[in-house]
Amino acid sequence: MRSPHRFAIIALAAPAALALLVTGCSTGSSGSPSGKGWESAASASAGGGMSKLVDAAKKEGRLNVIALPPTWANYGTIISDFQKKYGIKVNSANPNGSSQDEVNAVKQENGTAAAPDVLDVGMAVALANTSLFAPYKVSAWNDIPTSQKEPTGLWYQDYGGYMAIGYDSAKFGTITSVSQLLGKKFKSAVALNGNPTQANAALNGVMMANLAVGGTLDDISKGVNFFHQLKKAGNFSPVQATTATVKAGTTPVVFDWDYLNATHGADVPSWKVFVPSNAVLGGYYAQAINKEAPHPAAARLWEEFLYSQASDGGQNLWLAGGARPVEMTAMTTNKSIDSAAAAKLPAVTATPQFMSGPQSTKAATYLATNWAQAVK
Amino acid sequence: MAAAATTVGDRSARAVRRPSLAWTGTLPFLCYVGIFLLLPTGIVLWGAISKPTGHGLTLSNLKLLGSSAARGFFLNSVELSAITALVGALLGAVLAYAVASGNPNGVVRRIFLAGSGVLAQFGGVTLAFAFNAAIGPSGGFLTHATWYYDFPQGIGLIYIYFQIPLMVLVFLPAVDGLKVQWREATENLGGSTLQFWRHVGGPLLAPAFLGCTLLLFANALSAYATIVAWENQISYVVTQQISVAMTSEVGLSSANEAQVLALGMVVVVALVMTAYALLQRRTARWLR
Repeated sequence: MRSPHRFAIIALAAPAALALLVTGCSTGSSGSPSGKGWESAASASAGGGMSKLVDAAKKEGRLNVIALPPTWANYGTIISDFQKKYGIKVNSANPNGSSQDEVNAVKQENGTAAAPDVLDVGMAVALANTSLFAPYKVSAWNDIPTSQKEPTGLWYQDYGGYMAIGYDSAKFGTITSVSQLLGKKFKSAVALNGNPTQANAALNGVMMANLAVGGTLDDISKGVNFFHQLKKAGNFSPVQATTATVKAGTTPVVFDWDYLNATHGADVPSWKVFVPSNAVLGGYYAQAINKEAPHPAAARLWEEFLYSQASDGGQNLWLAGGARPVEMTAMTTNKSIDSAAAAKLPAVTATPQFMSGPQSTKAATYLATNWAQAVK
Repeated sequence: MAAAATTVGDRSARAVRRPSLAWTGTLPFLCYVGIFLLLPTGIVLWGAISKPTGHGLTLSNLKLLGSSAARGFFLNSVELSAITALVGALLGAVLAYAVASGNPNGVVRRIFLAGSGVLAQFGGVTLAFAFNAAIGPSGGFLTHATWYYDFPQGIGLIYIYFQIPLMVLVFLPAVDGLKVQWREATENLGGSTLQFWRHVGGPLLAPAFLGCTLLLFANALSAYATIVAWENQISYVVTQQISVAMTSEVGLSSANEAQVLALGMVVVVALVMTAYALLQRRTARWLR
């Protein structure tokens, strides 16, 4: 009776050992990017000029992006326009991933040909992971406000918006303030865009409600209490708001960035978006280039495309998607802005507020301990 | 004749016992188990005892399991799994008995077995969406209340929809093993239905019933996609919190916390599966 067990043990251990060996080998190796020097270029001119950059990028032929949904700030058009203009194939991985998913992908896939070349992440994730980025200053560097970029070019903000409430006006009439949402007609109607301890947009949603009911950027407790009241009134829907749920009518009131809320107008004709007059909370996302990008020249060309002020460049394309491009002030001055699209942005009456890194961390830590209890 | 018998005996005694190569047939399966079960478990264990910086080992991550938040998640998970396992087991057992007492070659039995096989795997986003369409706020065919977003009633009801078919699938062989002669013997000796179940049927089926309940418990404990699709703006159970810990973009992400929670789940499931294996061994004795 002994021999079959012995063979079984060997048969079990051998494949497990083999698997460990294989994974050990693959994490040890590191593929070298074929950028011919572009991986260390800190600007287009430092690498030899824009035309050399375009040639090198075309030779690389591919670009890996991650977590860019086509309906998020017009990324679908941006990607296809970039592909058409330069003939570079863009691999868009994991469109519904979060900023942390992008960083996880960089950490796990560095060394392979599928690692992300460029990242578009929330500020909290950008600030925590600067060791993964390569410094690069785009040609339009001076038109990015100083407070919205890292001095050596590790990250630079790209587009942003204000936290807004989108709603189906056919069902609810016109909503003018956040506290109206506690009313009876909003049963099971109000949704966030995800879990606030997980998603940046949801955290900002709670902070916006916090500001609207009298809280401050340093203390999110009033906002959590507001959602607690909402839940007690039966108005809080735990269903995550997506395009599908809005179209189906499951989540007719949504806290989300104004440029994301605006996209629902295509599905629901009576969809309206408003930014509360007393709670203008802005949030910008940031671009960064992976230090070990498998296609360094294409990555840098992508950034140049995104920050170009041309009428078909990235800044105006983001504006067409309802987001505010970071170079908006400079572009309004030098008249390269698409003024028709700029006029369509939601009107904002008060001074916008922005959460700083420490304020965001403090809010997240408070939510980690109190959110679950409040909206149980 | 005696000489012939000795020759035969000699031949078999002298036959060399060559090691059988039949085990090579199991190699693909063992490779699969090794890579997809043992290796991930090893990775989780390694990650749980690694330092957050990645260099060196530490046991301090395990303290996360003692925090009140982690305790809350595990309690929620165990509560949801226990309730749905018990309800699913009871209703599934009754259904299995009904199916087993019918015609063994009949259409009803075949339909129920085929249906259970499909519905036991009907979980995840499709199940959550089906419920949303039926009783959701967008006007299903039932006037909606808000209790089904409460924990654990709402999501528990949804879990039961795949727990009952799974119970039918795993419990039916045990019920089939109840020989009809035992029932006849009880009746012949003057026993009533209640006495049959109390003294004969119950003790015979109890190990199988408990084992299947434990299987349902483990099934509900590890379910993820359904509750995420149903209500994801708050983490109720451990599986949701693991996802939050891995993908949080507001600064709360911690791969170590995720792996420690996963290790906790591995421990719970391992305990459950051990109990299941022990109970299964007892069952086999009775129903041969």
